Amino acid sequence: MHDKQVRRRRAVLALLVAVSLILLTAYFGETPSSPVHNVQRGVVEVLSPVEQGASKVLAPVRSVAGWFSSTFHAKTQVKQLQQQVARLTNEYAQAKSALLQNRQLSAELHLDDSLNLSSYHPVTAQVILRDPTLWYQTISVDKGTDDGVGLHDPVIGDGALVGEVTEVSATASFVTLITDHTLSVTARVLDANGDTGELVPAVGNPDELVLQYLQPPNPGQVQNGPQQGQLVVTAGFKSGPLESYFPANIPIGNVLPVDENQLLNNGTIQVAPQADLRSVDVVQILTKPQPGTERAQVP
Amino acid sequence: MSNAVKLPLRLILLGFFAVVIQESAVSQISIFGVSADLTPLVVMSVGLLCGSLTGAVFGFATGLLIDLILVQTLGVTSLLYIVIGYWAGRLHELRDPSHELVPLVVGAMAAAFAGLGMAVIQFLLGVDAPVSLLLLQQIFVVVLVDTLLALPVYALVRRIVRPVLPEDPRRRRRRAYTTGGLSPLQQGGQRRSTFTRPKPL
Repeated sequence: MHDKQVRRRRAVLALLVAVSLILLTAYFGETPSSPVHNVQRGVVEVLSPVEQGASKVLAPVRSVAGWFSSTFHAKTQVKQLQQQVARLTNEYAQAKSALLQNRQLSAELHLDDSLNLSSYHPVTAQVILRDPTLWYQTISVDKGTDDGVGLHDPVIGDGALVGEVTEVSATASFVTLITDHTLSVTARVLDANGDTGELVPAVGNPDELVLQYLQPPNPGQVQNGPQQGQLVVTAGFKSGPLESYFPANIPIGNVLPVDENQLLNNGTIQVAPQADLRSVDVVQILTKPQPGTERAQVP
Repeated sequence: MSNAVKLPLRLILLGFFAVVIQESAVSQISIFGVSADLTPLVVMSVGLLCGSLTGAVFGFATGLLIDLILVQTLGVTSLLYIVIGYWAGRLHELRDPSHELVPLVVGAMAAAFAGLGMAVIQFLLGVDAPVSLLLLQQIFVVVLVDTLLALPVYALVRRIVRPVLPEDPRRRRRRAYTTGGLSPLQQGGQRRSTFTRPKPL
């Protein structure tokens, strides 16, 4: 009797492990249009109303916990933000003057002002799910194809790039955040040279991104390269019929203190995301990022 | 309705609501810069209360639901949770630990296994981005937060599952012993007090 129980227990365990491994292998090797992915999308479709309901019901709990968390966090940020305000006030004055100059020159050259976000038909969406693991940095939002959301649409929150739509159903979408290891963005530093590189996350550190493949400056001219605090924006490359998923000039973050050795030898710098990706509750999905026949992402 | 039907029903509802509450609310609350993960604690609690087989099946189902809802690589979380559920269940079957702090220790180990196991599987599947050493620090903080939550989660799961659990003979013996029901001394006393001598013929 006991032997029979042991055998049954081991058989069930082996079966469960085998099913998990088969699912893992099937999912990992298949294309996004495979049956396994379709089943997953079906489950998301069915459960998204439940998730939306749960998100609304549990909103007060989140708010109370968020209040405590934000209060403690805010106290540690006061000094840092005061310094930032001083720096940004200075930059604002310069930017204002540059904007005036830009308007005058654009009008003279009859250029189209298409950098306004409203031209990308943004759709506002509420975050309903968030992945707790350190590996999958995804959120789920309550807008889908019914609202005009499409695959690979850029997502913005707190006035900066948050991620990209990677899975979409009729009523909900999954957004892969810029801190997820599967996502990379071509980005440009707003410095004297306009250095451009590939922005990838530093896995395990949600407060840091790595801008790599930068052109290292000449050793004697490091001051012309990226400097701490400079803004990093999307580069929005276009090469023939191929375009980046992300329109140009969407803010992403700020350059962290630059390690000269790393910059000169590897062409990499660290960037702090501008949006607080852990507490973003409302996002905007740019449903018409840009016209183009084909789009691609690097790499 | 018999307990044989009630137990699976309660476990299904427990798993479903645990995952929905985790993803809709708990994961959006930041504690020390990380989010608590209650699901390995729920799987551990079910294993400790119901045994290895139920623990493994519950772990598989919960992990699969998480992978499906969050559009992750299917099979990764379920593989980790099978081990957590099975291992907690084996601990219950082999040792039947009765100390009140056992869920705390087992919860910490379950959270650590989930965090490190996920890292190992992700490395095996391939990571395209540079990995920061802060990952270890983050895993440590998650384990710490989960450890603090292990006891309340276990108490809640026990409250839901206990009433429909089949009576465990070992636990019944222990309860009877601590309340004096099967104490040899008391039995002797009871025997003496209830013993009636046969009347001499």
